[in-house]
Amino acid sequence: MNRVGPPSPQGLTRGAPLSVGAAPPPPTPSREGRGLSIPKIRIRGLRKSFGDKLVLDGIDLDVMPQTSTVVIGGSGSGKSVLLKCVLGLLEPDGGTIEIDGRDILPMRRTEREQVRSHIGMLFQNGALFDSLPVWENVTFGLLAQHRITRREGRERAAEILGQLGLGPSVGELYPSELSGGMQKRVALARAIAAQPDIMFFDEPTTGLDPIMGAVIDGLIVDCVKRLGSTAVAITHDMASARRIGDVIAMLHHGRIIWSGPPTALMESGNPEVDQFIHGRREGPIQMELRR
Amino acid sequence: MNAVLDSLALVGRGAIGACRIAGSLVLFAVSGVSHLLRPPFYWRMFLRALIDMAYFSLPVVALTAIFTGMVLALQTYTGFARFNAQSAVANVVVISLTRELGPVLAGLMVAGRIGAATAAEIGTMRVTDQIDALTTLSTNPMKYLVAPRLLAGIIALPALVVVADILGVMGGFIVANLKLGFGVEAYLSSTFDFLQTMDVVSGLVKAAVFGFLIALLGCYQGYRSRGGAEGVGSATTAAVVAASILILAFDYVLTELFFAR
Repeated sequence: MNRVGPPSPQGLTRGAPLSVGAAPPPPTPSREGRGLSIPKIRIRGLRKSFGDKLVLDGIDLDVMPQTSTVVIGGSGSGKSVLLKCVLGLLEPDGGTIEIDGRDILPMRRTEREQVRSHIGMLFQNGALFDSLPVWENVTFGLLAQHRITRREGRERAAEILGQLGLGPSVGELYPSELSGGMQKRVALARAIAAQPDIMFFDEPTTGLDPIMGAVIDGLIVDCVKRLGSTAVAITHDMASARRIGDVIAMLHHGRIIWSGPPTALMESGNPEVDQFIHGRREGPIQMELRR
Repeated sequence: MNAVLDSLALVGRGAIGACRIAGSLVLFAVSGVSHLLRPPFYWRMFLRALIDMAYFSLPVVALTAIFTGMVLALQTYTGFARFNAQSAVANVVVISLTRELGPVLAGLMVAGRIGAATAAEIGTMRVTDQIDALTTLSTNPMKYLVAPRLLAGIIALPALVVVADILGVMGGFIVANLKLGFGVEAYLSSTFDFLQTMDVVSGLVKAAVFGFLIALLGCYQGYRSRGGAEGVGSATTAAVVAASILILAFDYVLTELFFAR
């Protein structure tokens, strides 16, 4: 996969659209090159409230094709809400979300389902279906859309599980019989089974020990590279963010307050980012909490 | 004056809340039924729900029906003996069972078993993001989780009621024959001579409605559950209580429709 080079570090003014992961256009761009210069996901002015609580306050974000963008932010900063809005699991109050240039918010349900069929999602707790064996979990989307038979499903699941370091016998087990790390790998297998164009990862390393976290991150990077997908991950695990991301964006107070490559994170010049990545108790975020 | 206004406001809020819940339940039901009529239909989920609801509920429904038939025969006999009307025991047992006790008791038993299990299963799926996962896998949760269960409810409960009717009559017959001294032929001919098609049909229609209500409330409460284990527990309780009350209420409404002169 040809990864697009990371952008130059940038401090960000509030409300300014982010164009992350974009490479300078070549002099005579090929068809593929032109495709890579258009954002895969383009979010503008995304707003979402729950009652009086404003969670997303005009998010602007561009995610370029075949890049991995990691959104970081504290607990309750709206990372999961952002992801759920893009996935169509929550209806935003305002703004636009374009995928491949098409605004998905006014789409009918069937059209949205069509768009979703090109998206893979790894949930924070795996969200594996308890009542189904692992192989059926992995190929659930393909079976539900009648794209493969059950026999092909078993074979396909064994193949994908093998790529993630799980033996074929795991396919016959139920999720409750798996360890946390295995559940994450099965959930990752389910997310990549349909070879999606776009992949979302919600806190991929939560609840795992540091070694297993690194293993999962490695698998995520491998899968995204192999499939040539565009990835968006949300996490507050900075080690994970650095491993996965070509671009890191920080969400705070319902807005993206900084974005840039992982190498620029240490010199962001943004006090909130600085406090967050160093995990300091004292700083602007803490001061706001005290208020 | 303020106390009166506060009381009125409380009543008003309660009424609005009840209307909101009723409206939301009706919309949920309409959505579930509409997914029954549009492809794809998940036959595997339907069969699983049908086996759960019909086959695994059979023991509890059978035992309930047998003992109800036995008690009914005994009580009717002792009551009717006061008027020298003991010969009507068979008629009363068969009519009570087919029209009322078969569908209502089977409904209540299944509501306790399946309504709770459905609410707990779907509620757990809700709080562990499994329903969101279904959506992201381009599978409509209403179509996958709700529609097959609604159809299973409509089919399973009438099937259970047929069994309950037969076993209930058998229970009555056992007591009448072994304890009360009724002859085999006299009791059975009295049972079948008096029984009309409408008695059985009305019971089966009631059962289909009750089966639909049990599945609907289990799915609805589970689907709306929030807040982890406590939310799932509340949803389970609410599903059983609401289904039981609606079964009794609809029993009256359907009886009015079928038999009111």
